[in-house]
Amino acid sequence: MTDNLTREALLRRALAGGAALSIPGFLPSLARAARDQSEAKTLVFSNWPLYIDINNKTKSHPSLDLFTKRTGIKVKYIEDINDNAQFFGKIQQPLSHGTSIGRDIIVMTDNSPYPALLIKKGWVEKLDKKALPNIKNLVPGMQHPAWDPKREYSLPWQSGMTGIAYNDKLTKPITSIDQLLTDKKLNGKVTMLAGFGDTVGIVALSNGDNPSKIDDATFNRVIAKIKKAKSAGQIRQFTGNDYAGMLAKGDIVAAIAFSGDVVQLHADNKHLRFALPTAGGMIWTDNMLIPKGGNAHLASQYMNFYYEPKIAAMVEDCCNYIFPVAGAGTVLLMSDPAVAKNTLIFPTSSMLKRAHQIDPNALFNPDYKTKWQHLLGA
Amino acid sequence: MTFLHRYRRLAPYVLLGPGLAWLALFFVAPLGFLGHQSLQTQDPIALTYTFKWAWHNYSDALTTYHTQLLRSFEYAGLATLLALAISYPLAYWIAFRGGRWKNVLLLCIVGPFFVTYLIRTLAWETILADQGFVANLLRHLHVLGANGRLLATSTAVVAGITYNFLPFMALPLYVSLEQIDQRLIEAAEDLYASRTIAFLRVTLPLSLPGVFAGTLLTFIPASGDFINAQLLGTPNQTMIGNVIQSKFLELTDYPAAAALSFILMATILVLVGLYARALGTEKLTG
Repeated sequence: MTDNLTREALLRRALAGGAALSIPGFLPSLARAARDQSEAKTLVFSNWPLYIDINNKTKSHPSLDLFTKRTGIKVKYIEDINDNAQFFGKIQQPLSHGTSIGRDIIVMTDNSPYPALLIKKGWVEKLDKKALPNIKNLVPGMQHPAWDPKREYSLPWQSGMTGIAYNDKLTKPITSIDQLLTDKKLNGKVTMLAGFGDTVGIVALSNGDNPSKIDDATFNRVIAKIKKAKSAGQIRQFTGNDYAGMLAKGDIVAAIAFSGDVVQLHADNKHLRFALPTAGGMIWTDNMLIPKGGNAHLASQYMNFYYEPKIAAMVEDCCNYIFPVAGAGTVLLMSDPAVAKNTLIFPTSSMLKRAHQIDPNALFNPDYKTKWQHLLGA
Repeated sequence: MTFLHRYRRLAPYVLLGPGLAWLALFFVAPLGFLGHQSLQTQDPIALTYTFKWAWHNYSDALTTYHTQLLRSFEYAGLATLLALAISYPLAYWIAFRGGRWKNVLLLCIVGPFFVTYLIRTLAWETILADQGFVANLLRHLHVLGANGRLLATSTAVVAGITYNFLPFMALPLYVSLEQIDQRLIEAAEDLYASRTIAFLRVTLPLSLPGVFAGTLLTFIPASGDFINAQLLGTPNQTMIGNVIQSKFLELTDYPAAAALSFILMATILVLVGLYARALGTEKLTG
């Protein structure tokens, strides 16, 4: 073998080598281009479980399908929000580094500090109001929350109530927090929500205190009451939305729960009931937000779709929560008159009087936050 | 080659190099970062962190969470003892009586572990469910009271940990038992040792390296575990792992979480040191 390399051969080899070397760099950029194309047409929506219309036979979501049919935009619907604090903990790290969390819309509750915090930190995109003409349908009472007075960053998804869920086959009706926390028959078969705004508020009400104005004395009474029940082994767990599975399986008999969830669970287990305690329950609103890096235009188009009264009514009918879209109720009553009796969608005035909002200042009190977390046991 | 010949004394370091670099990059550096983090202070509302040599994070963590820390070691210790009690006869039997089935039997121990940890623990959640078959049967047999339950108890958590770490105990035990020269036991019996004495004076001491390795491999990860307590326990069963997990991922209280991690690590080091002293590892590991 000779080492005689002609100039031509050298060139040829160098070219081939160069091409081979550049392939690894070239491939990802190709892949990226392909992904950009497909992603432009896919919206990623992170939501809570049991929170959108569902066809129980096919497990598909009719309103999502309709949206895709109308706009050509595919929706990746993920039910991965179980608890506000938990979800915020997951997304906080990437957002603080300016990294996208791969989602276009997330849903956070106004009874937690997080919607306000996300806006204050600049971790959310502004709504694209041009793509969102239906924002005019937002009910007046919700147009100017203190933490987003012009609704520049957020739009309500649905509102609901926090109360008590119980299995009437395994216990007598539970209508008060005291009963929930002291009835010996329920020992170890009760869960409470880990959300500060849910549980602190409803327990304060049971003490005869005002949850919309929480002072130290009120707060300490709440902590003392729950601590006592926890030491007695009454409380099985502090949960997020995951109480639903335990309730359905029968591992727990009663829980602090969200109104609409229980109605949906009722479809599979006729013994599951929801009660707003006689001393009162809590009312809250979940808000759609566009995390930094999300596609604001796509997300706003999506929100616009759901702010059509007809579409809002579809979701409302299935989820038994309140969609704050003017006219949705009227549409719903026409398409499904029986629903008028559903006090979770059309709360009676006496019910609304018993449903309270949490004191927003309490949500931002660091001392309360620490004490609350310590009570949760971790 | 000539290089290595000339610098013979350097050879071990060259060979150690990759391992050391790995440890430096993925263990020492993150540890330093964690240490730095553990001395920061956090503004819980604005979520900002400032480095302030905040040693009080350590004392705060200890005073607030000593219950969970003690509980972790209690559960991990119990689980380790249980795993040892279950694994020793198991490994012994496979090593000495397994015959040609040895490999199949070992596979049976490892088999379930092809399924992820989380799924296995969730399976226990279903098996022990209040309305499940096992609980109903035990209630029927009056082992459990009418209102009794298996799930969401300390027993469930310890049982879950024991189950999840069993192979880490069984496999080292098997290896050390399998290596024992059968002739030594025969010799003991020839010298009129009863079977019990032969076991106690020959087999058991020779298997101690396996016991040592198995207990460490079980105890150390078990004390930092949080999955079992979360899925099979209640707020009265939370372990230190749960606290660290929620501080890191839910509360974003990184300084406290980092301080707790260091406390856990230091305590384990001390405990393992004492244990090694007591068993005399130098003799065991040669």
